[in-house]
Amino acid sequence: MGRLKTIGRRSFLIGSATILGGVAFGTFMAARPHENPLTAGLGDGEAAFNPYVKLTSSKITLIVPHADIGQGVQSAQAALIAEELDIEVEQATLSFGEPSAAYYNTAFADEGVPFMSFDDGSVAETMRDVVGAVVKLIGIQATGGSTSMPDQYEKLRMAGAVARETIKAAASQRTGVPVDQLKTANGAVELPDGTTIAYTDLAADAARIAPVAHVALRDPSTWTKVGKPMMRTDIPAKSTGAQAFGIDIELDGMVHASVRVNPRKGAEMIGFDATVAKSMRGVKAIVPIKNGVGVVADNTWRAIQAVNAIDVDWGPAPYPAEMDGHWAEVAASFIDERLDDEWRADGDVDAILSTSEVIDIENRAPYVAHQPLEPLNATVLVTAGGVEVWTGHQMPRFVQQQVARVARVEAEQVTFHNQFSGGSFGHRLEFEHIKQATEVAMTMPGTPVKMTYSREEDFLQDFPRQIAMSRAKGAVANGQIIALSLDIAAPSVVASQGGRMGQTMPGPDAQIVAGAWNMPYDIPNLRVRGYRVPELGPISSWRSVGASHAGFFAENTLDELIRRAGADPMEERLRLVNHPVHRAVLETVAEMANWGVDLGPNRGRGLALVESFGVPTAEVVDISITNNGIKIDKVYVVADVGKIIDPINFENQVQGGVVWALGHAINSEITYADGMAEQTNYHAAEGMRIFQTPEIIVRGLENAEKIRGVGEPPVPPAAAALASAIFDATGKRLREMPFNKFVDFV
Amino acid sequence: MKLLVNGDEREVDVEDDMPLLWVLRDELGLKGTKYGCGIAQCGACTVHMDGVAVRSCQVAAATAEGTDVVTIEGLGMPEALHAVQDAWIEHQVAQCGYCQSGQIMQAAALLEMHPEPSDDVIDIVMSGNLCRCGTYPRIRAAVKTAATKLQET
Ligand code: FES
Ligand code: FES
Repeated sequence: MGRLKTIGRRSFLIGSATILGGVAFGTFMAARPHENPLTAGLGDGEAAFNPYVKLTSSKITLIVPHADIGQGVQSAQAALIAEELDIEVEQATLSFGEPSAAYYNTAFADEGVPFMSFDDGSVAETMRDVVGAVVKLIGIQATGGSTSMPDQYEKLRMAGAVARETIKAAASQRTGVPVDQLKTANGAVELPDGTTIAYTDLAADAARIAPVAHVALRDPSTWTKVGKPMMRTDIPAKSTGAQAFGIDIELDGMVHASVRVNPRKGAEMIGFDATVAKSMRGVKAIVPIKNGVGVVADNTWRAIQAVNAIDVDWGPAPYPAEMDGHWAEVAASFIDERLDDEWRADGDVDAILSTSEVIDIENRAPYVAHQPLEPLNATVLVTAGGVEVWTGHQMPRFVQQQVARVARVEAEQVTFHNQFSGGSFGHRLEFEHIKQATEVAMTMPGTPVKMTYSREEDFLQDFPRQIAMSRAKGAVANGQIIALSLDIAAPSVVASQGGRMGQTMPGPDAQIVAGAWNMPYDIPNLRVRGYRVPELGPISSWRSVGASHAGFFAENTLDELIRRAGADPMEERLRLVNHPVHRAVLETVAEMANWGVDLGPNRGRGLALVESFGVPTAEVVDISITNNGIKIDKVYVVADVGKIIDPINFENQVQGGVVWALGHAINSEITYADGMAEQTNYHAAEGMRIFQTPEIIVRGLENAEKIRGVGEPPVPPAAAALASAIFDATGKRLREMPFNKFVDFV
Repeated sequence: MKLLVNGDEREVDVEDDMPLLWVLRDELGLKGTKYGCGIAQCGACTVHMDGVAVRSCQVAAATAEGTDVVTIEGLGMPEALHAVQDAWIEHQVAQCGYCQSGQIMQAAALLEMHPEPSDDVIDIVMSGNLCRCGTYPRIRAAVKTAATKLQET
């Protein structure tokens, strides 16, 4: 492996980095870029276009660093590179990145700052930059918060462009033809006389020359891939059973394991009796681990059977054992000492409320489990040199850290192989199952151990969506809302999750009020306050995070006030809406749904608009009252994401988000009894099934200035729009999820 | 015991009550069939036994003996996909994809019984298959496309 002289350039080339047997090119401005993880594995004559494009004489590799948890982001990322690189995505090999700080995600910063998403004032932008710099420093290579697209939108195109221009420079050097007379298409450079040179043939040349640093991105109007319908690269394998997930890993000499950990989450195990389990067929070892016990066997089923046969004595829960205790703590949190922040204070709410007839409204959102269809699992191999881990995860760098801590090795000694995930919805932001698998594997060095949770264990160990409550006081006059004070109390999901990662999160938690404080309305007197409930049971990010409760509270409260005012839900929102992008979203959904039409008897129609993750999303829900209960007929959805990368995947993601939100709003919650979740499989928390699924009509708008992801924004408005429709049809206002506690559904 | 899987006779040494799901996955290495719930709630483990869709997590190995078991790996050939798989690709049904083996096996069995299924029949028969990603609208469309494809052949 040769070491090139170009190493000294790293201080002045934009984003260039360590060089080992190849050149490396950067795409992002950074005074001290993170080391390029691709250069380590380069041979002579191979080039890594830091850190997203790697070229050798035999193939082009695109690194698509955001974990694919079912949202199709791998394909979209590849398309962004390919658009500028002038290749077809099929010509390249796609790879998840190695865990590396170079793949930091700056878009997370957007959600951590207290400014409206459309506030582009200098203070707001500076704050985003500051938070962004922090994110860059700690190198969060994370997938979540619908941030994959905003994070990657420019970086990946620039990576493709830099690589393309450098390859052209290499071709120019070889042929003597000036660069401006060279064209590129289909992974080859085309000379004026029509001959072509494949990129791969130019790998060695490209590795020898100085990279092209100044490249202009193409105008979006010239794009041929981005924004057009694409065939997602993973679709064929996922339609033939060929796609392997983490749970399907097979390694030489691998053994199978399953664990049970105290279902009173975080509490210790007092003792266990494994006499029966030990004698069961195929059982190789019983392994005590932190707060629980694992069984190693020669087959997953045998491991699960045996671990369930262990008699365990569990210690008491560190949080209220019964549900009443949880709700009581939330209800007691609307006090000054627990005020987390006042996020919005327009006009003079107290003055208006003191002279008006006050309408009191209380809403509740329960704990809800994630439960993606692939149960949590992790395969771990411990050797003298370090640890290897195979699983699907949204934060690879933290997996390394967490495993290193358990195995008492350096993070660099942990090799992480990210896998396709059978869904996540936030579940694969957690580490406990990986740490548990590591503990088991540490007892048998040299043997790979695949640890799989039973579905029951997965439910019991799930850190659910936060429990939350809102209390509002409102006033209406002359058919209009004139004042609203909205207080929201919830434990901090950011603190709970961060605590498990060893991170402290200073300052107020925006997730307590996300989707509520930033409601895009000019209500003349409007106040939104967040109250922090002391940590109860451990909680975790659940698709759309804080907006999943706060967006529901804001819109369900607003809708109740609008109807009390005798106003039309659409007209009053249109009167109040304070931004043209959000107005267009409302107007478009009104037009699609033909708002104002008479639906006929036993029908109802509801509306909600929530902005989350910077994406204003409006939904109209139509229902029928049938003899078998409420049937959801149709949902119209409009979301503005700035730019749609792939319209097919966009529609699929939005429909999936609506199904997710409605299913859980109807029938799912986690409740605690004796400190344990009472729901342990899908019969008790099933979400939506196909016969309940409405027709979902989707339209994406591109008026917003910044590009945003759409994995989460369709979730928050759905429950509120459904509650609005149920009120419209029945006159009954539902103020607590899941709704099937109060009405029947088909 | 001997099992007939995708046309091949396979010898396995397992307990009579080991669910067929785990025999397929961990003993025979056929990983296309998925574990989701283990209690007949999700359909991710759906395979065909003598042409009928069953939840393999509920079928004891001993019960499967003497039957003709077909898994997603045996449904279509890479060079000649089953019409249902073709339709699934055309509609880009999958998101995470984890449920889709089961969905496809269920849909294939459905179309055997109902070559021209109504919307209601599709909804009823496919209701045992959970999709946590919410791909149901595309599943409905793909089942109809597959029905048309099968009619044409
Ligand atoms: S695993 Fe068999 S139905 Fe869920
Ligand atoms: S595609 Fe993910 S569960 Fe169905």
